[in-house]
Amino acid sequence: MKRVLRAAAVAALAATSGFADGVEPKEVVFVDGAVEVSLTGVTGDSVSGRKIFANRKQGNCLACHANTDWSEQSFHGEVGPTMDGVADRWSEAELRAIVANSKMVFEGTIMPAFYIDAGYTRALEKFEGKSILSAQQVEDVVAYLTTLKEE
Amino acid sequence: MNLKLWISFGAAALATSAAAQDSNDLVLDGNAFLTEIAAPSHMENVDTIYSGWRFRTSETQALQSDDFDNPGMIFVDQAIDLWAKVDGSEGKSCASCHENVEDFAGLRPTLPRVEEGELVTMENIINECRTERMGAEPWKWSKGNMTAMTALIGLQSRGMPVNVAIDGDAAPFWEKGKELYYTRVGQLDMACSSCHEDNYGTMIRADHLSQGQINGFPTYRLKNAKLNSSHGRFKGCMTNIRATPFKEGGEEFKALELYLASRGEGLVVETPSVRN
Ligand code: HEC
Ligand code: HEC
Ligand code: HEC
Repeated sequence: MKRVLRAAAVAALAATSGFADGVEPKEVVFVDGAVEVSLTGVTGDSVSGRKIFANRKQGNCLACHANTDWSEQSFHGEVGPTMDGVADRWSEAELRAIVANSKMVFEGTIMPAFYIDAGYTRALEKFEGKSILSAQQVEDVVAYLTTLKEE
Repeated sequence: MNLKLWISFGAAALATSAAAQDSNDLVLDGNAFLTEIAAPSHMENVDTIYSGWRFRTSETQALQSDDFDNPGMIFVDQAIDLWAKVDGSEGKSCASCHENVEDFAGLRPTLPRVEEGELVTMENIINECRTERMGAEPWKWSKGNMTAMTALIGLQSRGMPVNVAIDGDAAPFWEKGKELYYTRVGQLDMACSSCHEDNYGTMIRADHLSQGQINGFPTYRLKNAKLNSSHGRFKGCMTNIRATPFKEGGEEFKALELYLASRGEGLVVETPSVRN
């Protein structure tokens, strides 16, 4: 029953935004460093999010962030803070904002904006006009990050 | 919210200081090589500059510390053969006109330089001799014969401090290179400075970020088992951030080469260096 409702919600969203995968990048609403509403209308899949986190062709978050939950991988980056306990520091809505467009939260950051499809220059042709992650993938990563609690 | 920002900045800063360059000394044939020095005054955000050697693992460092172990030397030997090889319509080799390759000692640290209003690199000079003086085909920028020859000629200046002109005629090229260095590009929207100035000393996945110095080029890379030109490296870094690279040998990369050389002013030539 719940599943059906969710599916209906996604369908409705897709219909209004005209974007099959959810809210379009330029329509994401940031308020005080947070994005309240799920980009797809539903909660993401944290198991998929965990994979995207380490996948070099997707999030590749591990390139910059250490994460004890990924201890089976030997190389963790140090460019950004560790992800251990990240859900204790940030709310889900804040995490969504950080992943979708980190620049709206950390001015001038090196962290890529994962859900923008314009505003960057000289992109390789195959990436031009595209976001690094899809709305679904952003939600999956956010769902995963919310599981990283220490307290 | 502000507090959270502060915490994350603190954590990032800690990570930086925990994994800076190492304190090893590069010694070659009993000669100590200087691998760190005060940054030139034109660099506003960095106090000390370090050779990329200081950021590599001790295994990789060891390969560069002994010419018998340095795989780049195999290509230098190939270049010695090329030096004496006749090529082109004039029936000449490099050796026909240049008595000793040792005479090029002191050249590498001054390149690129401006000649008659144009920015000229080592590759340009070699190809000019080939096309204008030998009647031979130019060598491709990053192909084996070219990187071998730039390694052989660069080696003659090993241990000499980088000292490129950045004023006068060179100023506009230098400014252009500087602008490129700080301009964010690609789908990942980063500048050279994002990694090599703001975050050197930290690990980016399995790679220890250096300052992106070019005093060791051409560089032998374990990754592709050959000598790599600096422009080839710039291209690789741009592609990694999903940016359309500029052309090897093009105006942009030549300007970037001049600017990067100037960020290494005072570091010594390490050609051919070894990297992963
Ligand atoms: C190129 C490096 C880089 C990549 C790749 C990267 N980040 Fe970040 N991230 C940073 C930096 C640096 C910060 C700290 C903010 C700042 O000061 O710029 C940060 C901050 C964060 C924060 C806030 C952490 C805290 O405790 O304050 C979260 C959450 C985060 N990143 C998640 C991610 C996720 C998820 C991905 C992958 C989808 C990712 N990052 C990819 C560099 C990166
Ligand atoms: C026909 C004679 C001739 C041949 C053959 C020749 N060169 Fe040259 N080369 C010159 C002359 C002349 C100059 C300019 C010297 C000057 O301006 O002082 C020059 C300059 C150079 C310079 C710059 C030297 C400096 O200090 O500015 C390099 C490097 C060089 N040649 C390398 C080579 C190489 C490598 C080859 C073979 C692929 C080669 N040359 C073949 C005549 C020749
Ligand atoms: C995402 C981070 C990143 C960005 C952005 C980046 N690089 Fe790099 N670069 C690396 C890594 C990683 C290496 C290999 C480890 C090292 O030496 O830092 C490297 C290596 C280099 C080296 C070789 C250094 C040596 O000692 O052999 C040079 C030169 C270089 N980069 C230049 C550039 C230039 C020029 C740009 C801008 C067009 C750039 N890089 C942008 C990550 C980056």
